[in-house]
Amino acid sequence: MGRHRLAVLDRHRRHLVGELMRRFLLIAIPYIWLLALFLVPFVIVLKISLSDAAIARPPYFPQFDWAEGIRAFIAELDFENFIWLVEDDLYWKAYLSSLRIALTSTVLTLIVGYPIAYGMARAPEEWRPTLMMLVILPFWTSFLIRVYAWKGILSNEGFLNQFLLWSGLVSEPLQILNTTTAVYIGIVYTYLPFMILPIYAALDRMDDSLIEAAEDLGCSRFSAFWLVTVPLSKGGIIAGCFLVFIPAMGEFVIPSLLGGSDTLMIGKVLWEEFFSNRDWPVASAVAVVLLLILVVPIVLFQRNQQKEQESEQ
Amino acid sequence: MIQFQNVTKRFGDFTAIDNLTIDIFEREFFALLGPSGCGKTTMMRMLAGFESPTEGKIFLAGQDIAPVPPNQRAVNMMFQSYALFPHLSVWENIAFGLKREGMPKPEINARVDEMLRLTRLEKFARRRPHQISGGQRQRVALARSLAKAPKLLLLDEPLGALDRKLREETQFELMDIQEKTGTTFVIVTHDQEEAMTVASRVAVMDNGQVMQVATPADIYEAPNSVYVADFIGDVNLIEGKVTATGEGTFALHWRDGAEPLRVKSPTGFSEGQTAHLAIRPEKVTISAERPADAANAVQGKVLDIAYLGNLSTYHVELPTGDIIKAQTANTRRISRRDYTWEDTVWLSWTATGGILLAN
Repeated sequence: MGRHRLAVLDRHRRHLVGELMRRFLLIAIPYIWLLALFLVPFVIVLKISLSDAAIARPPYFPQFDWAEGIRAFIAELDFENFIWLVEDDLYWKAYLSSLRIALTSTVLTLIVGYPIAYGMARAPEEWRPTLMMLVILPFWTSFLIRVYAWKGILSNEGFLNQFLLWSGLVSEPLQILNTTTAVYIGIVYTYLPFMILPIYAALDRMDDSLIEAAEDLGCSRFSAFWLVTVPLSKGGIIAGCFLVFIPAMGEFVIPSLLGGSDTLMIGKVLWEEFFSNRDWPVASAVAVVLLLILVVPIVLFQRNQQKEQESEQ
Repeated sequence: MIQFQNVTKRFGDFTAIDNLTIDIFEREFFALLGPSGCGKTTMMRMLAGFESPTEGKIFLAGQDIAPVPPNQRAVNMMFQSYALFPHLSVWENIAFGLKREGMPKPEINARVDEMLRLTRLEKFARRRPHQISGGQRQRVALARSLAKAPKLLLLDEPLGALDRKLREETQFELMDIQEKTGTTFVIVTHDQEEAMTVASRVAVMDNGQVMQVATPADIYEAPNSVYVADFIGDVNLIEGKVTATGEGTFALHWRDGAEPLRVKSPTGFSEGQTAHLAIRPEKVTISAERPADAANAVQGKVLDIAYLGNLSTYHVELPTGDIIKAQTANTRRISRRDYTWEDTVWLSWTATGGILLAN
């Protein structure tokens, strides 16, 4: 091997090292971010979930002590709280009920959101920014205030009942507030933009001539919609459904403000364990299990997003 | 087979099609040619059923098609953007229209395979549209629109997205397929070469009106108006006043002091009428000496030479300031060219070389 070739190889190697360093830095920053803001808090919660409740500050045991060493510390941890979650039927009932409420409200949001997104995508070009604005506008006020506003609308003396009484549709006020129905209304209302926006994005990208082509090939309006528009907005539908389902599953504010005593949701149980019971270890165990349940839809959501991106290339 | 009867189409104030009457025959390859915005696409969309005429009637095989929705017309369209369904494979795209007809499965399979063979796409049947090249996509679009064996196939700028070489090949493929299937093709294009190559008849359109309908050769050799002559190919237009000199022969007085030009014309002109002589550059001969037997000859100086490879176009400036283009085939190598810039040359043409147009 000649000297010249060695020099070329060396230069090549140095270039490669530089390139690797650059890439490493680029990837390291978001990873450090995730590590600090997600993984570290999660490890702390996981640790608390393996501890025992104690009347102390903080209200759990054991605390990490440098003098005793890590081995003794780990020996104190156990899965007692997770076993408790399985033994007491309150928890799995709450998980199931949350799952049911989240699924139902996701379907309801899709039913309400799809026509809105479709209408937006079909609207004249100059109207679309305005319509988009109207969808995003609610984010400009606090989520909490908007949910309180629904209390004012749905209560027995609220606007809705006053209107229904005035118009003679009902003779006595409907009990909507403090029922699961109110929770559905709240969730659909709150998460509607998350359903509309990805579906709108998918429909907006679609070439109008595809519908004409489908009609030209013998489709009626409806079958063209069913065979072309719906499959092409599938990515948006899936994204929207996950964006609604995942937060709705752990929803706490809406069921506690609009729901009644019979509305069982895991977010509410979690809150009560933390603040009423002050049983941090059980509350942490509830949170860890909730996260594990949500990992499945989150992974599916990611996969869907990736597939969408690939098909666009 | 197709008749447009006094069809007018307006979009608000804008008149896209203005009182248009035209006939298209069975098994014909008909081209609608015109600049963008001339209404040719609107005509096609009316045939497909995506637009309906504001006034007038369109007949397909003797039947008024205004009330027939697009999905029930025996007309299929090949879209400019191809409009292939991205979520379906090539095979499923071609089968789409057949499935809507409720055709039995074995027949669909046979028909799709036939279409794949016709367009030489057998190898790509399982691929998605985004996994094949532009030329292949264009063939899928053609196969899909032909699969239902329509009486009439509409092609909207079908070759616009292809590069020149591929476009030329595809033009011949289109003609082959049209002959094999015996379908009536109507093609919309702004590319005159494309229209001339593929079509048996060409309609030149402008501002929502049909200027001339004729075979490609007639459109080129015998345009009926200055607009058509100018739109198709390259042309010299010389304006002047006509006087009759004999049976079907006229003299065009085009400049004071210049020798009048002699033209033969089958159409008559009144004395002193203003007319244009349209003469194609390749009909003008360029020579160093005045040809003895030429009916028309003018002298000028070579101003510019456009070298096109197989041809050269000479821009010759006359003493009057007019510029006349003459085209010659480059049968010799360029280094042995006879004329160069600033050379004084003679341009000549016969009395029948050009055509006299009233407007």
